[in-house]
Amino acid sequence: MTRISLTVDGVRYDDEVEPRTLLVYHLRERLGKVGTVVGCDTTSCGACTVLMDGRSVKSCSLFAVQADGASITTVEGLAAPDGTLHPVQQAFHDRHALQCGFCTPGMIMEAVDLLNENPDPTDEEIREGLEGNLCRCTGYQNIVRAVRDAADALRAGRRPTAEEEVGVGVPHSAAAEPRVEEVPGEAVPRPMP
Amino acid sequence: MTVTEERPAGEVGSARRRKEDARLITGRTMWTENLSLPGMLHLAILRSPMAHARITRLDVGPALQAPGVVTAFTGRDVADVQGSLVCAWPVTEDIVQPAHPPLAVDEVRHVGEAVAVVIARDRASALDALMNIDVEYDELPPVLDMEAALADDAPLVHADQGTNRAFHWVYDSAQAGAGDDFEQVARDADVVVRRRYVQQRLIPSFMEPRSVLVDPTSDQITVWSTTQIPHILRVILALVTGVPEHKIRVIAPDVGGGFGGKLQVTPEELIAFLAAQRVGKPVKYTETRSDTMIAAHHGRDQIQDIDVAARRDGTVLALRARLLANMGAYLGLVGAGVPILGAYMYNGIYKFRAYRFECTGVFTTTAFTDAYRGAGRPEATFAVERIMDELAAELGMDPIELRRRNWIRHEEFPYTTAAGLTYDSGNYEAATAKAMQLFGYDDLRREQQARRESGDPVQLGIGVSTYTEMCGLAPSRLWGSLRYTAGGWETATVRMLPTGRVEVVTGTSPHGQSHETAWSQIVADQLGVPFEDVEVLHGDTRSSPRGLDTYGSRSLAVGGTALVQACQKVIDKARPIAAHLLEADPGDLEFSGGAFRVRGTPEGEAGKTLAECALAVFAAHNLPPGVEPVIDADATYDPANFSFPHGTHLCAVDVDTETGRVAIRRYVAVDDVGRVVNPLIVEGQVHGGVAQGVAQALFEEAVYDADGNLVTGSFADYTLPSSADLPDFITDRTETPALEHPLGTKGVGEAGTIASTPAVVNAVVDALRPYGVTDVRMPCTPERVWQAVSTASRKGGQP
Repeated sequence: MTRISLTVDGVRYDDEVEPRTLLVYHLRERLGKVGTVVGCDTTSCGACTVLMDGRSVKSCSLFAVQADGASITTVEGLAAPDGTLHPVQQAFHDRHALQCGFCTPGMIMEAVDLLNENPDPTDEEIREGLEGNLCRCTGYQNIVRAVRDAADALRAGRRPTAEEEVGVGVPHSAAAEPRVEEVPGEAVPRPMP
Repeated sequence: MTVTEERPAGEVGSARRRKEDARLITGRTMWTENLSLPGMLHLAILRSPMAHARITRLDVGPALQAPGVVTAFTGRDVADVQGSLVCAWPVTEDIVQPAHPPLAVDEVRHVGEAVAVVIARDRASALDALMNIDVEYDELPPVLDMEAALADDAPLVHADQGTNRAFHWVYDSAQAGAGDDFEQVARDADVVVRRRYVQQRLIPSFMEPRSVLVDPTSDQITVWSTTQIPHILRVILALVTGVPEHKIRVIAPDVGGGFGGKLQVTPEELIAFLAAQRVGKPVKYTETRSDTMIAAHHGRDQIQDIDVAARRDGTVLALRARLLANMGAYLGLVGAGVPILGAYMYNGIYKFRAYRFECTGVFTTTAFTDAYRGAGRPEATFAVERIMDELAAELGMDPIELRRRNWIRHEEFPYTTAAGLTYDSGNYEAATAKAMQLFGYDDLRREQQARRESGDPVQLGIGVSTYTEMCGLAPSRLWGSLRYTAGGWETATVRMLPTGRVEVVTGTSPHGQSHETAWSQIVADQLGVPFEDVEVLHGDTRSSPRGLDTYGSRSLAVGGTALVQACQKVIDKARPIAAHLLEADPGDLEFSGGAFRVRGTPEGEAGKTLAECALAVFAAHNLPPGVEPVIDADATYDPANFSFPHGTHLCAVDVDTETGRVAIRRYVAVDDVGRVVNPLIVEGQVHGGVAQGVAQALFEEAVYDADGNLVTGSFADYTLPSSADLPDFITDRTETPALEHPLGTKGVGEAGTIASTPAVVNAVVDALRPYGVTDVRMPCTPERVWQAVSTASRKGGQP
């Protein structure tokens, strides 16, 4: 067992974890953060995407111990404390960018990351940027529209974002953020709760 | 029929944002895998790595010693009690129905078949302990090729059945009295075009892996499952396990997509049920994606031999379809019926005089097949729309002109086809004209000509698909005549709460289709209550005891109609109460805007609202004599006919003849799904449906190797299209209401998938036709396209 400390959606958690525990199972089964879901076992679908220190990661491709000391934002922590939706969430609703909604938590978090990196993306850049997140329901078109709308809303500064509230996800320099190496799919051990 | 513009006159027709979204975009969704109960145990399944083998040794003893393990058992251990999974659609009297035990007993027949289970205190312990199970197999010959499987000396999937032929099913228009004899008509034709098409095997690939939690600790055994069919599941669990139906409660909480893939009663559901009964504690099983790929049912996998006979002027005369349909190792819940559902659609929108259909179901040592979005109808539509293009090429005719000469004209409805179905309404002319205009058909044809003449290595191809489909899957009598064992009705309940709010119960079971929003819109209009005041309940046999669930684009057409009828009953029941309160004659009252008023009274005048009637029956102090103190109502609707959405899809592709790469340049979908309750939802369904059809055309294929291993066993190998692989789709609608249903809706869930696959492949082949290419097998990957060009070029084809 290894002791780790994580800040998830603004709350700090100290836990003993088995080294082989994947971050996503730590979030879901230990911390009760079931808003983040598991869609595959080869890091292909992106349903488990969260922000780690402001950058998107597939939480099925990291061990919980690799996130020690990090600040994690999940879809559950994206809205403002008063419940005001993040512009990406709002745009997904307005543009009907989800149907069954299973890919949505990861898709939204990846879109947040995309817009942090590129506040004014073209449709093609949005499509390329979301390539690692699979959706089976929407055909992606409304997702692209939603991300475009969210980009406009964010640039216009219409709503304070949750990242700004909790101090993550704001534009950052590469030097300030440790680069997180993703574990290749075949190296991922069997999941451990 | 006239085409009408969209004009929302109330909630119905307006692009309401969805009620469902609030929980889905904030991570507050109740997926089955999120559930945890006190004392809950975790189940893991050992699956066969062999396609076909005798189990010579299987000992779970070492697994029982592993930490955290509570119990473990094999198929042999439960052979006497586990029963068999059910084929609910025995399509012929003499269909071969091999036993389908949830856990294999002594023999495995496909990679991924469940062999043994471990139940442990946590998921990791269960998975770890699987490694300790001692198992040995004695390999038997795999059976993979359908044609080889039918040879006399072929190895058998089920030795005790003596054959790999599951069934042979025939429709003949002459025998059915719906047309002439194929052979006779074809003899007199000027031209007969014959083609073989291969519908590759697909994996439905819902995003939420399947999960089931069974709690045996309360009076009713409660089953949470990622299912499209909670009601059907309950009936079958009762029939298979012997537990009385009223002692089982099934809940489909939020379900993350299905596409037919969760229209199944699965081995895993029965195994979890059995396990929970044995240990007396809640047991949860959640599969990995790799499990989904090898063990959940697959779709399509047919070989189609198609003949079309026509006159030189383009008039089509006769059609024949002969199919081999791969059942896999066992018969799924409705798998045998999938090609039969397609049988009625091969003639498409065309006026054939004669039609013959034959289908042989074949057992192979692969995962069993069953419904996948469209279920039989995409296969049929593909075949007819592809061969119409081949006929057009043969006759030197524009493919749209050929269709125009043969389709049912709008003034000819209702029209009974050679397949014996009566299409109630449609306007193929209007949809096609609109699609051609949006597409810029003539301009693209000119550009295509120019690029052909210039020898451009990137050729432009144009594909068309003018499809129809039978949906709103319902008519129970028809189902009965096709030997399907269930009905097709649907039910709704409207409860008027004392505070004026409305609870609606539907027997349909959404998993992404937005029923909570659409049903609220319908109720808001029917009862004159605010959209926000309606709560839609579904997917729990305790709150919605009756229903036939969601598949076949049926929920709105059938369940929505039941809802309208239930609303009408509420109004009828409230009328005498309102009259009593208003001291008026019930016959003098009219109901509008949520209130009863004496006829002729202006809207602003006081009347009695439905909410007041609901309160009046709650108190029941002052009701007319003999009136039951309730205005809630149920309605169950069973239509006499299907509904028939239709449309025209046009696809332009750039095909690089040097690399084989296909890029969709423009895609136009004009669909006629009848009256639209919510255009936003309809557009979303079309986008997603088209994407899945495009995926069959260009990207996806489940591949088994020569030993019967699934090569495409993960999302890394089974190539679902990503956002970067798909274009924007241009969508529009025409609106010819369905005459069968009072709402005028037809269904939209499957339309896009049915329409788009042939449109895309027609475009690819059209691009390459100058090279002598007449077909490219799906998926049209760069390799296959390049091979097609190379092979044709070697044979002398030139651009």
